Amino acid sequence: MGANTHFDLEEVTVRQANQALQEAEAGSFSIANPKGAHALACGLDAPLEVTIDGHVGYYCAGMNKEAEIRVDGNAGTGLAENMMSGRVHITGNASQSAAATAHGGLLVIDGNASARCGISLKGADIVVKGNVGHMSAFMAQTGNLVVLGDAGDALGDSIYEARLYVRGSVASLGADCIEKEMGQEHHDQLRGLLDAAGCEGVETSEFRRYGSARKLYNFNIDNVDAY
Amino acid sequence: MCGIVGLFLKNKELEPDLGRLTALMLREMRDRGPDSAGFAVYGDEAEGTKITLLSKTNETDWSALAKGLSKATGEEVDVKTVGNHALFTTPAEGLGARRWIIENAPDVTVLAAGKSIELYKGIGDPDAVIEDYALAKRTGTHAIGHTRMATESAITTAGSHPFSTGEDTCLVHNGSLSNHNRLRDNLRRYGESFQTENDTEVAAGYLSWRVREGDTLNEALERGLEDLDGFYTFAVGVRNGFAVLRDPIACKPAVIAENDDWVAMSSEFRAIAQLPGAREANIWEPEPSTIYAWSHN
Repeated sequence: MGANTHFDLEEVTVRQANQALQEAEAGSFSIANPKGAHALACGLDAPLEVTIDGHVGYYCAGMNKEAEIRVDGNAGTGLAENMMSGRVHITGNASQSAAATAHGGLLVIDGNASARCGISLKGADIVVKGNVGHMSAFMAQTGNLVVLGDAGDALGDSIYEARLYVRGSVASLGADCIEKEMGQEHHDQLRGLLDAAGCEGVETSEFRRYGSARKLYNFNIDNVDAY
Repeated sequence: MCGIVGLFLKNKELEPDLGRLTALMLREMRDRGPDSAGFAVYGDEAEGTKITLLSKTNETDWSALAKGLSKATGEEVDVKTVGNHALFTTPAEGLGARRWIIENAPDVTVLAAGKSIELYKGIGDPDAVIEDYALAKRTGTHAIGHTRMATESAITTAGSHPFSTGEDTCLVHNGSLSNHNRLRDNLRRYGESFQTENDTEVAAGYLSWRVREGDTLNEALERGLEDLDGFYTFAVGVRNGFAVLRDPIACKPAVIAENDDWVAMSSEFRAIAQLPGAREANIWEPEPSTIYAWSHN
């Protein structure tokens, strides 16, 4: 497979396209007519450039490593699930559980993400230019979630050490999630994330930071009888 | 699992294509629910009432049943059979005719009654159900369909979706209700009659009861958020309208798309992708606990 390879999903199957992408070591690829197909561009393991022209189904760009994947459209459940590195960018909205358990890399969503965005996040960065739904960053361990719009109910429920930056309103905070001070370190980090996601003209001073109160997950000697 | 589709036409010129487009959508949801399938089509309004019936034995004597109904109501009954279904058309009042058949024909399930609705369902491959009941050739204003992966009750034709208990009202469901037994008992006391052990039939009965009590569809769904416990994405059809509702947790999938010609909903976008102009449509995921409804005036 060389550069600028084109797949039309009216002519080849998802499996054929995925196999070609998974075997490639470099190059740029485009995929036409996804029509909501599932598991597109999953398990990539090389610095490829992949563009998908249209709406995709579940688990697009799952387990991504190194590749840069762009979707011109919306994505279904589990976008960039368990991403390890690389970059995934969608121009539309994402359904539930975007970047669930993602370890590394950057996910940029130009539209909204629905429920459970960044659930069990393990180190990746997520920038959502619209809103996120309820239970986002549930049990998020490390990594960053930046929301330019509003967050739904129970943001950061049972959160560990992930950092949440929200510009708009938060419907409610989940258990053990509290607002935290924005220090210089946080402004610097947020600036870097906004720049990486192409959010020019957005000031870090417009954001609030949320994170763990660290009361839920720390071992507490007073509770020893419970174990 | 289970797959849901709904298509509500805004452009009258598409009405001859309603069945064809709904069939394209429903076929895409085949692998979400290979156990059974069904669909309700709203169109071809009758002067009186249309009643869609299912034979549990495949041996029902439809003309004898029609004669009995005719004698009981004093009205003519026209009979058309399709596979193990029959469509009765009669000037008689719908709910009374429905009740008479339920009470007098134990080998028959009344699938739907109303001026506009026709409802067909079958177990096995959804593609075969679509073919057997000629979905692609049907015309009308709106349709909802379902492919089922059975969880709460057995795989039977009568236990397939959609469920309809009130006139021209029907419901499809992805999910499961946890309080359906108690609710079924309560609704029986309010005069609803049930024909299966299925949880979704209870939700359909609940909405029929509320509408009969004077609620609008929106009010009935609003109240349903309080009274129905469990997981659900519902698509609901009424004579001139269509609605979508997800439970407060919203773990069952749903996507809605709308353009100038149609409103469509499905469990997954790939069903909607079959429609003309889908890519450019306004596409969104319905919020939890939020009623989305459209109607023709």
